[in-house]
Amino acid sequence: MKIGMPKDGRFGDFGGKYIPETLVPAVEELEENYQKIKSDKSFQNELDYYLKNYAGRPTPLYFAENLTKSVGGAKIYLKREDLLHGGAHKINNTLGQALLAKKMKKKRIIAETGAGQHGVATAMACSCLGLPSEVYMGYKDTVRQQQNVFRMDLLGCKVYPVKSGSQTLKDAINEAIRDWITNVDTTYYLLGSAVGPHPYPVMVRDFQSVIGKEIKKQMKNVPDTVIACVGGGSNAIGTFYPMIDDGVEMIGVEAAGKGLKTGMHSATLNAGKKGVLHGMMTYLLQDNDGQIKETHSISAGLDYPGVGPEHAFLKDAGNVKYKSATDNEVINAFLALTKTEGIIPALESAHAISHAIKIAKTRSKSDSIVVTLSGRGDKDIDIVKQYLRKNVKNSR
Amino acid sequence: MSKIQDKFKELKSKNEKALISYIMTGFPNENTTLTIVRGLVRGGADIIELGFPFSDPIADGPVIQNASTVSLNKGAKIEKFFSLVKKIRKETDIPLVLMTYTNVLYTHGYSAFMSKAKSVGIDGLILPDMSIEESKEYLKSAKKNNLDTIFLVSPNTKNDRLKKIARASTGFLYMVAVFGTTGVQTKIHKYTIDAIKNAKKIVGKKIPIGIGFGVSTPADVKKYVSVGVDAVIVGSANLKIIENTAPSKLQRKIVNYTKTLKKSTRVN
Repeated sequence: MKIGMPKDGRFGDFGGKYIPETLVPAVEELEENYQKIKSDKSFQNELDYYLKNYAGRPTPLYFAENLTKSVGGAKIYLKREDLLHGGAHKINNTLGQALLAKKMKKKRIIAETGAGQHGVATAMACSCLGLPSEVYMGYKDTVRQQQNVFRMDLLGCKVYPVKSGSQTLKDAINEAIRDWITNVDTTYYLLGSAVGPHPYPVMVRDFQSVIGKEIKKQMKNVPDTVIACVGGGSNAIGTFYPMIDDGVEMIGVEAAGKGLKTGMHSATLNAGKKGVLHGMMTYLLQDNDGQIKETHSISAGLDYPGVGPEHAFLKDAGNVKYKSATDNEVINAFLALTKTEGIIPALESAHAISHAIKIAKTRSKSDSIVVTLSGRGDKDIDIVKQYLRKNVKNSR
Repeated sequence: MSKIQDKFKELKSKNEKALISYIMTGFPNENTTLTIVRGLVRGGADIIELGFPFSDPIADGPVIQNASTVSLNKGAKIEKFFSLVKKIRKETDIPLVLMTYTNVLYTHGYSAFMSKAKSVGIDGLILPDMSIEESKEYLKSAKKNNLDTIFLVSPNTKNDRLKKIARASTGFLYMVAVFGTTGVQTKIHKYTIDAIKNAKKIVGKKIPIGIGFGVSTPADVKKYVSVGVDAVIVGSANLKIIENTAPSKLQRKIVNYTKTLKKSTRVN
């Protein structure tokens, strides 16, 4: 199989379409329309227009000189997706899909969100394009990311707190799928990560690939190493995919939470096994009976027991290495970047920063590491504050 | 011929349609499940659908979601489920269908899971998230283990696909009555009636067609029978009774409810 080109909606064993029959016509319609716009110049021009003038692309590739010096070793560059409108890479995908939904004449957009970044990006893209949006969000996430809930409110987007299951991202996806089944004729499901049934993983990857393409242009050549955090894995696959044949070292960083041995983490590729969830075959955190486990991460955006099927494939094929960072390491990386560079990263992105710091030390000064800084950390300030307060108390 | 196929043949000769009763095993607890099954059998259910909970039931509405959560919180395990089926099999010959989600089977290995399921007395399988595109291994294992594979079709399923799904299905074809998840509905939609009539015309000679999702009253049953379905499937309504009835009265309530539904499956 040629890497990145799914056959029958599958990346090797992974992906596919494990969906209730009611959704089959919707998914087929989506696939058909996506194929059309992929090669449609006028669509791509329109998308480019919004990416440039509305979202703020291209984003800078910033040489983090202070961080590099303080770590000592390879040069660390940051791909500044945090500077995009809305504060995260999510807008690359939501603009693409919302434009597509508009072309498909869908009257209603629904989405799920974890940390709220995809929800906000959906609400923004929909406002911009004149579409109504409704977002499902785990109840637990609405509590820890209240600011984003309010942002969505202000943007005119209806937010439904989901109280079933673990009340986080996976349950928000369940509820969005149920809504889609119920309103399949009128509704477009704007999925936020490179997960779900085919064609979502491919489509989301393609919309996010602008990240990797720009990195290649901006570096003049390819970097030695690229690093990105992986929850569902959309910023990571968008970073990796354009360099997949370029001999670049690619590293995805998962959330090790309180430690891989504690069971309280979201490191699906590091600790999961194959299974079927949310319409796809992929690695999952599950028990012996196939029940999906509750996950933990300090970052709501990585708190997901599955992962995009293309990552599952790339892991098995050995093209990408998947590492993990604990909550504690993440907080330290968050603080380091904030202090040295004056850049406050999202806790999700701080996973990637953490690993970059770890390996930069061991590399030569002529080496280059590009970290995709997928989002900004304003939304996480309270979580960091609480974490620091608690840990200062504990250490007394 | 499978036990399910035999049942449809038998009912045909009696000029009756099948009443298929769904319950979630382990809801409200393991012991009560057996009591409920006895009630369904005494009430005249023709086939029993046993739900095994999955943590993320995307095709289910609030009632079955809640039952799944309760069952899992009380420690539902597939091994316990198989022991329960064994117990049921000691008491009754009624066809038993397992309804759960793909990952539960996949994680144990389709083949290993199915051979165990067959050995304890399961006759067929329903997986609402198993699409025919992904069903190759699943079908192979089911065939090897003589288990019926009951696929779902929806009112928006196109005819060529309907034929394909009917070919992959054995036992019966499960038609979903509504655009939506499982749960009691307040009305029967015209699009459902049209879909039933169409499915009867396109594949009705090859396989019995059951209607489920939102079926709850004798009037629903009569209406569906009058337009030609071969089976009605009642699920969430059973769970609601189970939720709202004191344990001492539960069996009788189930018997009576099942009786009134069964009565409506008789074609006069």
